[in-house]
Amino acid sequence: MPAPASGGGVASLSLHAHHSDSCKSKEAEIKRINKELANIRSKFKGDKALDGYSKKKYVCKLLFIFLLGHDIDFGHMEAVNLLSSNKYTEKQIGYLFISVLVNSNSELIRLINNAIKNDLASRNPTFMCLALHCIANVGSREMGEAFAADIPRILVAGDSMDSVKQSAALCLLRLYKASPDLVPMGEWTARVVHLLNDQHMVSLITCLCKKNPDDFKTCVSLAVSRLSRIVSSTSFVWCVPCFPEDAAVKGRLVECLETVLNKAQEPPKSKKVQHSNAKNAILFETISLIIHYDSEPNLLVRACNQLGQFLQHRETNLRYLALESMCTLASSEFSHEAVKTHIDTVINALKTERDVSVRQRAADLLYAMCDRSNAKQIVSEMLRYLETADYAIREEIVLKVAILAEKYAVDYSWYVDTILNLIRIAGDYVSEEVWYRVLQIVTNRDDVQGYAAKTVFEALQAPACHENMVKVGGYILGEFGNLIAGDPRSSPPVQFSLLHSKFHLCSVATRALLLSTYIKFINLFPETKATIQGVLRAGSQLRNADVELQQRAVEYLTLSSVASTDVLATVLEEMPPFPERESSILAKLKRKKGPGAGSALDDGRRDASSNDINGGVEPTPSTVSTPSPSADLLGLRAAPPPAAPPAPAGAGNLLVDVFSDGPTAQPSLGPTPEQAFLSELEPPAPESPLALLADPAPAADPGPEDIGPPIPEADELLNKFVCKNNGVLFENQLLQIGVKSEFRQNLGRMYLFYGNKTSVQFQNFSPTVVHPGDLQTHILSGLTKRVAAQVDGGAQVQQVLNIECLRDFLTPPLLSVRFRYGGTPQSLTLKLPVTINKFFQPTEMAAQDFFQRWKQLSLPLQEAQKIFKANHPMDAEVTKAKLLGFGSALLDNVDPNPENFVGAGIIQTKALQVGCLLRLEPNAQAQMYRLTLRTSKEPVSRHLCELLAQQF
Amino acid sequence: MQFMLLFSRQGKLRLQKWYVPLSDKEKKKITRELVQTVLARKPKMCSFLEWRDLKIVYKRYASLYFCCAIEDQDNELITLEIIHRYVELLDKYFGSVCELDIIFNFEKAYFILDEFLLGGEVQETSKKNVLKAIEQADLLQEKTETMYHSKSFIGCKKAY
Repeated sequence: MPAPASGGGVASLSLHAHHSDSCKSKEAEIKRINKELANIRSKFKGDKALDGYSKKKYVCKLLFIFLLGHDIDFGHMEAVNLLSSNKYTEKQIGYLFISVLVNSNSELIRLINNAIKNDLASRNPTFMCLALHCIANVGSREMGEAFAADIPRILVAGDSMDSVKQSAALCLLRLYKASPDLVPMGEWTARVVHLLNDQHMVSLITCLCKKNPDDFKTCVSLAVSRLSRIVSSTSFVWCVPCFPEDAAVKGRLVECLETVLNKAQEPPKSKKVQHSNAKNAILFETISLIIHYDSEPNLLVRACNQLGQFLQHRETNLRYLALESMCTLASSEFSHEAVKTHIDTVINALKTERDVSVRQRAADLLYAMCDRSNAKQIVSEMLRYLETADYAIREEIVLKVAILAEKYAVDYSWYVDTILNLIRIAGDYVSEEVWYRVLQIVTNRDDVQGYAAKTVFEALQAPACHENMVKVGGYILGEFGNLIAGDPRSSPPVQFSLLHSKFHLCSVATRALLLSTYIKFINLFPETKATIQGVLRAGSQLRNADVELQQRAVEYLTLSSVASTDVLATVLEEMPPFPERESSILAKLKRKKGPGAGSALDDGRRDASSNDINGGVEPTPSTVSTPSPSADLLGLRAAPPPAAPPAPAGAGNLLVDVFSDGPTAQPSLGPTPEQAFLSELEPPAPESPLALLADPAPAADPGPEDIGPPIPEADELLNKFVCKNNGVLFENQLLQIGVKSEFRQNLGRMYLFYGNKTSVQFQNFSPTVVHPGDLQTHILSGLTKRVAAQVDGGAQVQQVLNIECLRDFLTPPLLSVRFRYGGTPQSLTLKLPVTINKFFQPTEMAAQDFFQRWKQLSLPLQEAQKIFKANHPMDAEVTKAKLLGFGSALLDNVDPNPENFVGAGIIQTKALQVGCLLRLEPNAQAQMYRLTLRTSKEPVSRHLCELLAQQF
Repeated sequence: MQFMLLFSRQGKLRLQKWYVPLSDKEKKKITRELVQTVLARKPKMCSFLEWRDLKIVYKRYASLYFCCAIEDQDNELITLEIIHRYVELLDKYFGSVCELDIIFNFEKAYFILDEFLLGGEVQETSKKNVLKAIEQADLLQEKTETMYHSKSFIGCKKAY
């Protein structure tokens, strides 16, 4: 097809004519460009208004100049003008310019958005597509805010053309990925799922599913049936992110997976590489799905065999991918053995591959497939490879060898040999962690000490040995040199002179270490004392410019002269065993590579296998927070924490039943760790609401997954925060979120503390607050500043959230936290612990007033009442504290029955104030309560009643 | 897909498409880094590399490198296939495409890419449909252009 000479083409060609004629040199080109830019600028600035065609021409030229690599700082306005042209080409060039060159210049964005809005509303499919493309191409937050509501409408509108729908779906996907909080979910979910039968909606739904597994459960069976239809005709990539629960659906899925594997065996129909690329892409997706399910041993082994064939494929790409996928297969118990059969091929790859990235994958795979049975072979191969390995990956290989050697060491002399070999071969890449670790292990195991001493002694005899070797040697001989002193070849003077021969070539740190070795020698071998004192006394030590060395020399010299043998022996005793803890090497490898060395499959798997890709017995990382019994002191009340029923707060009647089972039914998410965390965060918070009378703060509550439904325990956690303001909102293996909040009138401020519990840095850490549905019209909350995108291992970051209550609300805003943990995206949605009672202002009133108001609120809808069984011991003081924590004032001498509690308060919102009266009547005999709430607004009565009833 | 870059063997950027909002500075930095990395690789090496927390998939066609950055869970092979599909589209449209076509008809190259990929996802898998859409756009353009020219012609006459 001949290239039609478009407007753009003409413009660029004419420019090019000059361009190539006169551009003999770089300078000439720049001169020429500058001239052209000046010309265009003058045209734009000129008095005469440019017609659409010239405007388009010049904008196009600017774009061309930009693409040649020059900076453009004007013309944006003209491009925006083109958007509102009704000529297709002009509009098109305008959009192109915007999508290539726009930056978040807020003024322009508003104009652009306007133009886009018009085009979306134009009903002209071509224009609509252009506008959608532009939104998808720019995809900024501003655009998301402007159009997130429109696009779903276009997507599900009956009259949209297919091509428009298709663009709308992808556009929505893009916005969704960029800022998930902006895209309203819910009402159109079901309709989107049905689009699955439509051809092009797959990626949108896949992505949505990942975030929202519950809402999209229905699509699994649809997807599987579509898949089976497709598989039987052609092939198609598919990944169902949720595990189908239905056995029939599952069976069908397994069948599909088998079919794909079978097809992989068939000879290719066409010789083109491309054809096989597509086919293999499907195969790899299939395999990763099989690995993801990790429940079909048969399929896993077949997948492994298939990958095994690829290991020897002539396409480098396939070898690379096969090694990568196998890495994850190796961590499945079903296929670990099968993977091991390919060990020779992999070792061969490590030796012969020409591409370093492939070799790296091979090394990863060897690491992943290693277990006790093949550790010796793998470690020795890796050591051999290390001699010629690329510098870029040496350190990693060193770490891996060190870990494998330690983990699978049957006899520790092998371990010592391996590490010393490591130092010999790649001393520069042996980090402190590695040689510290070998010292720890030797110190802790007396069966290997003699051997270690002998081996380092021999290693030190090499004419040139690495400084790390001197360090290890110095330390080990200082501790255990006596074990080999009996041999005349390694008598104390020989040991000393061997070490001292290295002394002068070493760095300060090593020399300091050697000085300590020397003083230990004085204790171990009194016969060396004179020699060593001579060395210490030498001017080069005593007057060394380095303070540390000087100090050691002086102190050791004095120590050796003044202390008696007994004292020396005590001071210089052998080091005690090191406490066992997580190998620091492992921590380092994790820091380098993220958790595990293989490629992640998905969050869930990663969590489970992150610590231990080898399925071996690594030291478990120490727990981050240990709940102590004293943590209870911080608890709000003496009573056990209010148990939250699993039922949603709305299911009032259900609650009674749930509670009747007693507190034993409560899930184990006790408040203790939460409170322990709190105690770290701050001085003990005022325990009872009494101290906070002025502004009782609502409790924070963990909410659901960001886009997905709230995490299952969200409601339960929320209930814990109804009567308190501070505590741990959420905690899992990776992350801890703490909350501290205060409320006054209709305003609130919440401090969120995010703690990284791992030793690995979180990447792209971004918490956002989402107001589902029209919640935004009821309550506003905004994070005041962004937190840093990286959260270091063990670090805590803080964020402030300002809250304004506009009207009464029933559901809390959601907090969505996303980050990458070792390359794996994590996301989490929690309910913010903001409930309507947080905006309570207690009101004191006399009995007379109370009854008068009580009577005023006598409409049936204004009252909410609940009778329920006590879930905690019925203690008047505790109840009082809870009611105060809830936010109301407690009125004494109002109720004729002194056992009863009466409270009053006003809920402050921006739009209106809601007066609330409450009465709680405990019945100790029946272990029941009756709770009555009267407010001027019906939903508020019910909601408060539900919230409060769960607290007793 | 996070972005796609086309650059020549000399390291000159010929087309850039970003599907993530980044600052100009950041874009330039990434481009420089990737062009350097990819050009340094030898022909027989595999087409995938890990870069930051993304995967880079690249392929060389004649003097042009096509280079895509994809996310962790994306499939490398299908990305290669996408690149190839785009090259085929360009080839069909321009008739054995060369670097110069992309330089001087950059807007066409962009339009084709937009029809094919949207927001980093494949929009239209059928080559025929993509080309049809482009042809229609061209047709529309010619129509408006003729209209435009006749109008301006009339305008000229009046002025005369």
